[in-house]
Amino acid sequence: MTDLLITGYCRIKDQYITLNGDKLPLPEKADHFQEFIRMIYKQYLASYPKFFKMDNLSKLGYCCAGLLLEKTYNLEKYGKERIAIMASNRSASLDTDLAHQQTITDPSNYFPSPAVFVYTLPNIVIGEIAIRHKIQGENIFFVSEEFDAKTLHRYAKMLLETNSTDAVILGWFEIMGDKWDALCCVVEKVKILEKPDGFHIPLTIESLDHIYSSTNT
Amino acid sequence: MEELIAKLKPEIIAQLNLEEIKPEDIDADAPLFGEGLGLDSIDALELIVLLEKNYGIKIEDPKEGKKIFFSVRTMAEYITEHQNKKA
Repeated sequence: MTDLLITGYCRIKDQYITLNGDKLPLPEKADHFQEFIRMIYKQYLASYPKFFKMDNLSKLGYCCAGLLLEKTYNLEKYGKERIAIMASNRSASLDTDLAHQQTITDPSNYFPSPAVFVYTLPNIVIGEIAIRHKIQGENIFFVSEEFDAKTLHRYAKMLLETNSTDAVILGWFEIMGDKWDALCCVVEKVKILEKPDGFHIPLTIESLDHIYSSTNT
Repeated sequence: MEELIAKLKPEIIAQLNLEEIKPEDIDADAPLFGEGLGLDSIDALELIVLLEKNYGIKIEDPKEGKKIFFSVRTMAEYITEHQNKKA
């Protein structure tokens, strides 16, 4: 007999970071996203030069997942093909699409950047997380108006119950201009008698909604 | 040539977002791809954009890229050669 448990979460919203219920401090308040996300990377994550080449959406997802996976998890207990990543947001890759558009609107200064263009798809953030954490399982990206606990719950449950997947990285990674909001959860299939010592709550629509709403500030 | 190499290094850093690299970390003769700075295929395209944007040089034959972008020095040599031809 197994249970589906949320065994950890990280929320990044405005200037706040919450990891499994604890607020993580940052040295100072950032004036804009680039400064904020750089601060998180420098303060909490291992060196990864490719980070600086990512677009804003990927940086947000990379840091949110990274805080969770680098600090609290040993995903090596699962086969790399048995960990799935599901992500979602409201604005897809629009933040980067606009950055790309700026490089092609002026015919006299027409220099589209290949490095920007490659990020004009929202699911690239999944790829960045997968590469960094050597994850090769299922992946999917949903676009929805708001954080959609119902869809995320249903899909994660389906993945875990079809025996293709032992753990799911589930994320809401939203960024548009100077507004950002990210939540990343780890959901695991755990034997009833082997429940983890640390944070864990059952995977339900209500528990996902509760984590999201209780970490809004 | 050395002046152009010194100019190119920060331009490459900015174009490729190599935030943790300083100009003095780049050996002008070291390979840019593979080992060296560990650049990838997207970086190669960005270097093509850099040449066009900053020096007005369009690379017509993609086969030339491997030779031109071998190192910062080969890039500088190509730019100089191109500018001399233009003059």
